[in-house]
Amino acid sequence: MIEAHGLTKRYGETVAVDDLSFTVQPGTVTGFLGPNGAGKSTTMRMILGLDAPTSGTVTVNGKPYAEHDRPLAEVGALLEARAVHTGRSARNHLLAMAATTGIGRRRVEEVIDLVGLHDVAGRRAGAFSLGMGQRLGIGSALLADPQTLILDEPVNGLDPDGIRWIRNLLTGLAHEGRTVFLSSHLMSEMALTADHVIVVGRGRLLKDQSMAQFIAEASTDVVQVRSPQSRELAELLTASGGTVRRAGADDLEVEGLSSERIGAAAAGAGLTLFQLTTQIASLEEAYMSLTEDAVVYRAPVDRTSATDTESAA
Amino acid sequence: MSVAATIDRQSSGTGSSVVSHPVVLRRVVASEWIKFRTLRSTIAVLGAAIVGMVLIALLVAYNTRHLTPNLQPDDHVPSSTMQGYYLGQLLIGALGVLFVTGEYSTGMIRSTMAAVPRRLPVIWAKLVVFVSVTLVSMVSICLVAFLAAQALIGQYRPGYSLGQPHVLRVVIGTGVYLTLVGVIGAMLGWIVRSTPGALVAYIGVMLVLPVLFGSVLGTWGKDVAEFMPSTAGGSFVRSLSEPHTLSPWTGLGVLALWAVVGVVVASVQLRRRDA
Repeated sequence: MIEAHGLTKRYGETVAVDDLSFTVQPGTVTGFLGPNGAGKSTTMRMILGLDAPTSGTVTVNGKPYAEHDRPLAEVGALLEARAVHTGRSARNHLLAMAATTGIGRRRVEEVIDLVGLHDVAGRRAGAFSLGMGQRLGIGSALLADPQTLILDEPVNGLDPDGIRWIRNLLTGLAHEGRTVFLSSHLMSEMALTADHVIVVGRGRLLKDQSMAQFIAEASTDVVQVRSPQSRELAELLTASGGTVRRAGADDLEVEGLSSERIGAAAAGAGLTLFQLTTQIASLEEAYMSLTEDAVVYRAPVDRTSATDTESAA
Repeated sequence: MSVAATIDRQSSGTGSSVVSHPVVLRRVVASEWIKFRTLRSTIAVLGAAIVGMVLIALLVAYNTRHLTPNLQPDDHVPSSTMQGYYLGQLLIGALGVLFVTGEYSTGMIRSTMAAVPRRLPVIWAKLVVFVSVTLVSMVSICLVAFLAAQALIGQYRPGYSLGQPHVLRVVIGTGVYLTLVGVIGAMLGWIVRSTPGALVAYIGVMLVLPVLFGSVLGTWGKDVAEFMPSTAGGSFVRSLSEPHTLSPWTGLGVLALWAVVGVVVASVQLRRRDA
């Protein structure tokens, strides 16, 4: 469990994270969403004690990260930029990390196999492709079999196989009761992996709710209807109180009536339906509408400096 | 201990099968030792220092094998064959710098600090590893270089032996000197964090400032220069004392004090700043 209370980070004039409070629950995958410069990476760095908050606190399983005896067994982290010495082999990197908490060579080899780096573990990490680097970072995070995983853009650079692998891995770890906190810009991927979302914009909390609720709130109740008798159907539905928009020769978009009522009305009038679909917003649409508002709301704020903070972090 | 650790991990509820142990200095030292020996760059720099010390000792020995009138007095004292330390202090200083700044330039420091979030054990562990490696390797290579050079000189004229007055101080002292300046390099690495920046700072402190103070700023400048790390430490590794320098043991003390100041400043900075 990760708990942030009033977490704030300022770099001079720039407020990277602004009074952020949230809880990441164990047993679920929590997605951390927000535009570039929204403060996601800074927040993750503060969770790990790499950056000190200007004010506020953040704890992992009840204690500040630095106060844990076995930090790697508590939190496994993959941070956005590479955090590996380019001159060292993947195996030696993992051995050095493992040594800090007394984990031996056998577990290191196990992790190397787990993340699929068996054939390249002896090569310098600097020669790795982006995807291989990600796998090494994930291996590093999994080394001590931690309670909590914090992953910044874990699918970055992974091939479809790798993306599916990490999705299954993360949902599996959450089912075991672990806390999984990940950020990603790939909304379709996030929609498949995360059960809960925390959305930030300009360092502030915009949403903290379940994925289903987040999407439901963003969805308008538009029902798509296809019928060969669309003109008659449109008249009927308008008469029943719906707002009908023509979307094609046979296609209608209806607002204000549920799909049940539309179906029943069509049956009553003896009209044929080919398709009857309630339109659900995608996570991407939900996210875009939310963050667009945030951007419009705060448009006058200097944007470049916040972006710099993110990329420098 | 491992039994307790196993129970501890199992009681935490996720049935983890990986046994981990508390992060203590001993384990951080083990980690830093792996890091030190698994980089080609550190091994290459250390190797260059070792080869350089021996080659320069032999070169000086060969050039001074005959006592000709144009040799200066300090060309044929015990410390003359140890002049490889001029090169050595650059290489070992760079080794100290790279051991630290290599982590910052590659981003490795984030992994390191995530694994050891209390941070200070990392400074201590790097110090333990660096001092052990350089002290053992540099003292041994100084002995080897000295004995080889004296053996070569011995073919032509009487050389020096380790048993003669002050010779052991000079020979072992050169290894100690190189270790201490390397520590200063490492601490500059912690403070400056960038490889080029720390290297420039190191060369400035070790080579430029003493010359500037010693030759440009008159008598008071010389008074300052004798307390600079390379000048103070230099008096410990020379057989003949130069004007305006400290006595050998005071010089060593001052050099060691600089190293301690470096460790203190670096530690305070590491605790205070974001990683």
